[in-house]
Amino acid sequence: MSNLRFTDSALSEWMRGNGQDSDIVISTRVRVARNLQHLPFPLLATDQQSGEVLERLTDVLKNKDDLQDFGDLHVIKLSEIDELDKKVLVEKHLISPNLANESRNGAVILTEDESVSIMINEEDHLRIQCLYPGFQVREAWARATALDDVFESEIDYAFDDKRGYLTSCPTNVGTGLRASVMMHLPALVMTQQINRILSAVSQVGLTVRGIYGEGSEALGNLFQISNQITLGQTESEIIENLHSVALQIIEHEKNARARLLGESKLRITDRVMRSYGILSYAAVMDSKEAAQRLSDVRLGVDLGLLEGPEIPVMNELNVKTQPGFLQKTYGEGMTPSERDMYRAKLIRETLGTH
Amino acid sequence: MLCQECGKRPATLHFTKIVNGEKTEFHFCETCAREKGELIPGTSNGFSIHSLLSGLLDLDPSGKGQSPGAKMAQTLQCEECGMTYSQFSKLGRFGCSSCYKYFSDRLDPLFKRVHGGTSHVGKVPKRTGGRIQIKRQIDDLKKELQIRIVQEEFETAAEIRDQIRELERNMAQG
Ligand SMILES: [Zn+2]
Ligand SMILES: [Zn+2]
Repeated sequence: MSNLRFTDSALSEWMRGNGQDSDIVISTRVRVARNLQHLPFPLLATDQQSGEVLERLTDVLKNKDDLQDFGDLHVIKLSEIDELDKKVLVEKHLISPNLANESRNGAVILTEDESVSIMINEEDHLRIQCLYPGFQVREAWARATALDDVFESEIDYAFDDKRGYLTSCPTNVGTGLRASVMMHLPALVMTQQINRILSAVSQVGLTVRGIYGEGSEALGNLFQISNQITLGQTESEIIENLHSVALQIIEHEKNARARLLGESKLRITDRVMRSYGILSYAAVMDSKEAAQRLSDVRLGVDLGLLEGPEIPVMNELNVKTQPGFLQKTYGEGMTPSERDMYRAKLIRETLGTH
Repeated sequence: MLCQECGKRPATLHFTKIVNGEKTEFHFCETCAREKGELIPGTSNGFSIHSLLSGLLDLDPSGKGQSPGAKMAQTLQCEECGMTYSQFSKLGRFGCSSCYKYFSDRLDPLFKRVHGGTSHVGKVPKRTGGRIQIKRQIDDLKKELQIRIVQEEFETAAEIRDQIRELERNMAQG
């Protein structure tokens, strides 16, 4: 299948919108993990059993009435699309690397706007994921649980009075709920408050993921905060805890930005402008540098230091500059140095500087 | 998941470090991260979530392989999917939902360390979670009953008592 429209554009419909606090929170993601009763988890399922899971879960879609609110749903079987399309779906966070690489009878159900992706035969039989722009923890949970209700009305889930929803991994048992916010925290990094804040976050049942490059700076200053606990707390406790902690981090980041503007406006402006200049004219750009420069420019736009690209364009660039997408755009089989060249070209073209 | 540094406390800080395109994951507890002075030490090789989890599930913490508990755990097996406890502890994954039943005795300490709690208090599916819904309903009614009695509303209390009995009968049957 060559014409997979979900991999044609880097920009999911949801990325066009600006959610609440989208200058600091890039996106909110909520997923629930579920399994069918009386069938082994995907890890041990036979081809026939995982086929049965796929069939029973996609059958639920025939019940159109319950699903009206979710618009058109597209079922994509992973065995029917090529490797590059899989890679792009991973880069757009629509499927997990695990589903792309290992799954038997793996499939994903996508809504038209790509804000909902339902993975079948990933680590669990069913994983409902809602991805929203900006800070929308409650909204994302509301949508995920509504979809869960639709499946639940047709499917017998593996559920235990004491342990709750039974999952393949012990870290998901109970609610099966993982909620996370992806935050852009350049000012907290620059003012060296980040470690203290992340340590505090980890004491209240949340976990932090960051990507670090060779230096000590987080790649692109992006941090994902999510709940650690799934058993022994209600869904609303989990959601509200994440919500309130994220709110506090947003507040800290805002204060740090204000302080930077007050105390070192010239230095920050210089940094932002240099990065914008390099992104606009560089001929070679590795992924690490791209992440850092894009972070600077995003901060500059947020602070009004730069009349630059709007948030959706920045979000688009974050996805488009990844390997799968580059190959999708410029042809397969690139060497890493060719990739760096095409990455620079793509950024220049997107920024309109050629 | 346990902290890769101390191996005692749960890891709550997770980092992926990319050096020359090579990804390495780090998992630390808050204390060790702070002791290191920074969040990311520049050492160590690949560390997967699964191997950490299997460390947590280790059959024999004493390392001697002789304790009666360890012996018993080695023979534990899920009769539904055939997974043994020792496989589970290596993979960090259950084979099927019945594994929860067959390994039940060993799971409380694990869940306590990973989650702090051992019992689900959240959402219940209408189709397969019938019992727990009735149980929660009964608990609510019992609280209500106490209030009515204290307030000396005995007529309402009697009605509530009958409702509780009815629900308990339903539960016993199904
Ligand atoms: Zn530690
Ligand atoms: Zn089993």
